[in-house]
Amino acid sequence: MNKRYYLILFLVFLLIPIYWMVNMSFKPNSEILSRLTLYPHEFTLANYEEILTSEFWRAGYINSIIMASMNVVFVTIAALPAAYAFSRWSFRGDKHLFFWFLTNRMAPPAAFMVPFFILYSNLNLIDTYWAVALAHCLFNLPLAIWILEGFMSGIPKEIDEMAFIDGHSFTSFCWNIFLPLIKPGIAVTAFLTFMFSWVELLLARTLTNEAAQPITVTLTRSLGAGGWDWGVLAAAGVIAMIPGAIIVYLVRDLLATGFSMGRV
Amino acid sequence: MKQRPWLFLLPALLLVSISAFIPLITVMNYSQLTLLPGTEPYFSGLENFVAVLEDEAFRDALGRQVIFSFLVLITEIPLGLGLAMAMPKEGPGVGFSLVLLGIPLLIPWNVVGIIWRVFTRSDIGVLPAAFDWFGYTYSVSSSTIDAWWTVLAMDIWHWTPLVVLICYAGIQAIPEEYYMAAKIDRASPWKTFRYVTLPNLRGVLIIAVLLRLMDSFKIYAEPFVLTGGGPGSSTTFLSTYTSRMAIGGFQMGRGAATSLIYFFIVILISFVIYIVMLNLGQGAGGDQ
Repeated sequence: MNKRYYLILFLVFLLIPIYWMVNMSFKPNSEILSRLTLYPHEFTLANYEEILTSEFWRAGYINSIIMASMNVVFVTIAALPAAYAFSRWSFRGDKHLFFWFLTNRMAPPAAFMVPFFILYSNLNLIDTYWAVALAHCLFNLPLAIWILEGFMSGIPKEIDEMAFIDGHSFTSFCWNIFLPLIKPGIAVTAFLTFMFSWVELLLARTLTNEAAQPITVTLTRSLGAGGWDWGVLAAAGVIAMIPGAIIVYLVRDLLATGFSMGRV
Repeated sequence: MKQRPWLFLLPALLLVSISAFIPLITVMNYSQLTLLPGTEPYFSGLENFVAVLEDEAFRDALGRQVIFSFLVLITEIPLGLGLAMAMPKEGPGVGFSLVLLGIPLLIPWNVVGIIWRVFTRSDIGVLPAAFDWFGYTYSVSSSTIDAWWTVLAMDIWHWTPLVVLICYAGIQAIPEEYYMAAKIDRASPWKTFRYVTLPNLRGVLIIAVLLRLMDSFKIYAEPFVLTGGGPGSSTTFLSTYTSRMAIGGFQMGRGAATSLIYFFIVILISFVIYIVMLNLGQGAGGDQ
């Protein structure tokens, strides 16, 4: 049973810094700066009030959610057929192409900031949802193809052949047989895609000004302005965590099946 | 029929060409120009590359980066693998652990920096207070050693859950019969791990190692918020250096050259590790 303690110990390690921030978000600045308290002695919601009543913050959230969702849609649509091609057929240069896709994930965003800015300026997409959602494909698409290819290769080719013998057209095969089979794989992929898009900062900051500014950028900009208001900052951090926690909670069953696929 | 794979790859190729290929060409173009504000750009060949390679700050940042990524890999991969093996295989514990493990991954990177900043700052953090109690003066802003291990601890905190999730997926996919067979053969736990678990995890371990390698090479926001690259430049990693060069500094051409060298190094290291790992367990008890 000592294996379990190892896991629990780590989960506690995960929670301590988070607890410290949550704890701080309920304290007034006077308490934060004057003494260390393990729980808020002068409990206050003022920090949250400041954020939730401001249009500025709310817009940041909505923008982030829209952009990350758009990115998930683009990536999934492009990655599904590509992963299918890699897992089912061998063609000239497939290995090289696969590795080339992967190299795009290695591209350091710092390296691409300026060219991205110029490219999207020319396309007139700066400060729109499209710019960020497209730019994030840079690191998400290779990952999605990679993971989906793994899931698809786990499904025997005979299933495809049987379906065609049974008279399914390709579309009907995909829709009725193949997609339901790899649904958990799609869930895992969509989860990781959303996650990497939701948390990305450098490209999002380069490509947006005000209208489409995501929450990560809002957070950084407010860090710069007006010094360090620790309480508000902690509250903002907590609010930035919540959507993520909700998403994991909602898809936990799909994730659990996704992660245990192949065990059937 | 021969064109069919390419038809399927078309959307992905289109997206990648917008989001990667065109910018890459632009960077290549810049890297050979001298772009100074107020003057006409002129072609300067490989001058920028030479300048970058001769820059001591670049070499220092690269050295730190390699050490950092190495430390990340040798701590996070075994730790994550061990944790994945400690995860329950079914029952309510699975969902619970998955949710908790998922949380650090879904926190925006700069917020990760903020969390650790408020956790470790001398005036408001609980960690310095705890160390103080043991009689050790802990300070991220003045001690290089403290700054280093704090950045490393933050990365372990942030990314080990991803390694756990990936390894957990791989472990779940290993058929129970293999373990039964090992049990019948009275294999020791170590031998079971060595000859059953490990070979079957080669695929997912490659994914985990490469992902952590690539992403740790790109680390930017977290140490930037936590330490600002300091004290001095002791936690200035390659991407901090590059973005300073590309945006803060005036020399776009040199920034582009830095980016290309950077990109090349990541690809090279990843490729070597990819090949080594592909061949590693081959024929050493692996069943595939």
